[in-house]
Amino acid sequence: MANTFELIASSTVGAGGASSIDFTSIPSTYTDLVLKVSARGSAGGPNGLFIAFNGSTSNFTGKYLQGAGTGTPSSSSLARYIGTEVAPTFTANTFGNAEVYIPNYASSNNKSFSADAVSENNATEAYATLAAGLWSITTAINQVTLTISSGSSNFVQYSTAYLYGVKNA
Amino acid sequence: MPNPTRIEINCETGVESIIELTDAEVAELAYQAELAAEKKAEEDAKAEADATAKAALLEKLGITADEAKLLLA
Repeated sequence: MANTFELIASSTVGAGGASSIDFTSIPSTYTDLVLKVSARGSAGGPNGLFIAFNGSTSNFTGKYLQGAGTGTPSSSSLARYIGTEVAPTFTANTFGNAEVYIPNYASSNNKSFSADAVSENNATEAYATLAAGLWSITTAINQVTLTISSGSSNFVQYSTAYLYGVKNA
Repeated sequence: MPNPTRIEINCETGVESIIELTDAEVAELAYQAELAAEKKAEEDAKAEADATAKAALLEKLGITADEAKLLLA
């Protein structure tokens, strides 16, 4: 059972927006990592939120279960995907949020992660997502990158990302 | 027009940098976005095709979706 939960670093996007948020030189002194994100995209439709490790977007696989509006929830495969965030067409000044758990990030085994995410919209189209992913690389994770992907979409101002370290002893 | 920027936070030093993307990075970003959009479009098309095929089969069998569930239960 985790007995510590420590903020490693955080970032709030400034007025110019940002195409990605990149945590580098992550210390390997924790057991697990937790990433909490509040985000809104600047362009396109509902904006997918994606994760990458150590600067790599390769060797990822993933599955997700997603409900949107009144539609029947569905599942599919999509590598690096951690959920759908708020689009510019969604209710103004609202942000989606997501939490990603990365257990044993410094181990010499492949790295799994799980995520839950919701988007906010005062309309029928709003998303709730559960995602599970695997990075089939045994190197310790020392860098976590977040991107928001829908054409030329960026993270808008006031989007935030917080990276926590969890110790189990 | 300047390229978009990215945020880099060094967790050891706590220093946050705002870095303008290189042209190659902008191209890579556009490529990745295009791939993601294609993948999503493929999934949406498959889901629509599956739903259409399912409806056609039910109509051919002359039963409702609930009746089909009963048969498979």
